[in-house]
Amino acid sequence: MALDRELVGRSYPPSAVYEVGRAKIAEFATAVGAQDPVHFDVDAARAAGHPDVIAPPTFAIVVSLEAAFVVLGDPEVGLDYSRVVHGEQRFTHHRPIRAGDRLVATTTIDAARSVAGNDLLTARVELAAEDGEAVCTTASMLVARGA
Amino acid sequence: MTVEVGTELPEQVLRVTRADLVRYAGASGDLNPIHWSDRTAREVGLPGVIAHGMFTMALAGRAVTAWTGDPSALVEFQVRFGRPVVVPDDDEGAEVTVRGKVAALLDDGRARVDLTVTSDGEKVLSLARAVVRLP
Repeated sequence: MALDRELVGRSYPPSAVYEVGRAKIAEFATAVGAQDPVHFDVDAARAAGHPDVIAPPTFAIVVSLEAAFVVLGDPEVGLDYSRVVHGEQRFTHHRPIRAGDRLVATTTIDAARSVAGNDLLTARVELAAEDGEAVCTTASMLVARGA
Repeated sequence: MTVEVGTELPEQVLRVTRADLVRYAGASGDLNPIHWSDRTAREVGLPGVIAHGMFTMALAGRAVTAWTGDPSALVEFQVRFGRPVVVPDDDEGAEVTVRGKVAALLDDGRARVDLTVTSDGEKVLSLARAVVRLP
């Protein structure tokens, strides 16, 4: 089905708080082979000017992709989850994500169009600290392949 | 570090095995079975288990942060997922090669790096770009 352009600009309520832990950052860094000590060692992170260990650049996806998927649960969007693949991904870091962050994700539909029978939807997720400080903006383009 | 348009990043050749995909699935929470079950992958028309696109993107990010020497210097990062990286169920797995070149010098001591990410001779990411803060 063709996506309704009226969906563009629609926002969803903020997510529950995601608390970033040191162990989770270390686990993610190990999984992607990021070996810089700023991901594992608080002293090394502080020596580099960070208050605590920082996450590798794509860690934000752990929080943001689930937030982006709220659009798939919106009956007015009507994308078939089983046909959805990840088409594009973008991160804009306002500052590194670090252990101790309590992040709130707010999702907005930035673009919606249908091309050659495929539905393309871009979900932008703003990750912010609880006090509103902007941390990372992610944009995920989801593609629902035509049946 | 002298950086100008055309400066090339050291090429990175990275190996991806099934074990890497299982570890990434757990760490990222992306448990989609096309990244660990050949049966499921084939049911949806893939040749076999494929790497998470986000895992491949993370490998490309490593090539950039290895070059800058500072993971927090990567301020913008974007890719389009082109072809999947098929990861065979053996000890060698798949090979992913990441090349990068400085495409533009920007304001505020930043540079745009364009990345070429291939596996088995084919481009797997397109429009892969990073903006980094130069030291």
